[in-house]
Amino acid sequence: MNEWFLITLFGDDRPGIVAAVTKALFDGGCNLGEASMIRLGGNFSIMMMVRHAGDATALERLLQPVVETLSLRLHVDAFAGELHRHKEPDVRITVFGADRAGIVAQVTGALAEAGLNIVDLETDVGGTEDKPIYIMQMEGEATQGIEALRQALAPITAEGIEADIAPIDTVIG
Amino acid sequence: MAVLDVLTYPDPRLKEIAAPVERFDEALRAFVADLDETMRDGPGAVGIAAPQVGRLERIVIVDCSGRKNTPNHGHMVLVNPEISEWDGYAVGREGCLSVPDYTGNVIRAERITLEAKDENGAAQSFELEGFEARAVQHEVDHLDGMLFLDRLVSRRSDLFRRKKYK
Ligand SMILES: [Zn+2]
Repeated sequence: MNEWFLITLFGDDRPGIVAAVTKALFDGGCNLGEASMIRLGGNFSIMMMVRHAGDATALERLLQPVVETLSLRLHVDAFAGELHRHKEPDVRITVFGADRAGIVAQVTGALAEAGLNIVDLETDVGGTEDKPIYIMQMEGEATQGIEALRQALAPITAEGIEADIAPIDTVIG
Repeated sequence: MAVLDVLTYPDPRLKEIAAPVERFDEALRAFVADLDETMRDGPGAVGIAAPQVGRLERIVIVDCSGRKNTPNHGHMVLVNPEISEWDGYAVGREGCLSVPDYTGNVIRAERITLEAKDENGAAQSFELEGFEARAVQHEVDHLDGMLFLDRLVSRRSDLFRRKKYK
């Protein structure tokens, strides 16, 4: 029986990591599912659903050569996930401001209390070493409506953090 | 009336260019009624194009009247539609009855001018904007063998309008 695994991989960024990893998986008879891959802090990171006939150890063994060649860190977990379980986000929120401790916890805490279920979140730090800017972009489900999210962020924006909340109106046709 | 089967990608008929309608007869009106029923059967659909049910003719239905806070022109049957003017652009999310379980971001004109015939052959003209304009552009694409997949931009791109929704 083929099962889904979640593999996490990262290592010093260089061209060809995705190609080498996915070729090893293909050659090993795996199927790929949904994945998130992005450069983080000069490393390249991969989180990927992989379906494979063996167990986690067999999957690790299969990736071992490429992990060694590219000096990657690998983690494999059995995973109860399935494909075709998408949730359609209905709101997109951008938050940015001067970086300071606790900004993510404060923003996401307020939004969670106001009913936001995050589907996708990306954060980045721009600016300069001495004047960093924190940028957060997220999409999610506003389970208590968008106005509730707006109200939840109002006290935070009053402290100088900028927030933009916009509905995602999906055209189906 | 009947709910027709909706073709799904990668059916090659979705890549064909549809032919203009020449006869505005009972057969056309019967087909439009079936197409309408098929659209209403699709979960959350605001539009449908004839090629999506395998009929390679330039016929589209768009109806955004069921949505809250969406300026619209009601139920539009658009035969041989031609977009004559485009203005502005915006990124927005689209999905398609022919591409189940996936949505993506697409750049479309914010405002369009549209000429078309109705199912009786009468000429009509519309100035459309926003969500309704996007729906029409999505459907007209189907007449030219284009899917929203052909126009995807990154989900991570931040080309969203800096519009304040009050
Ligand atoms: Zn479509």
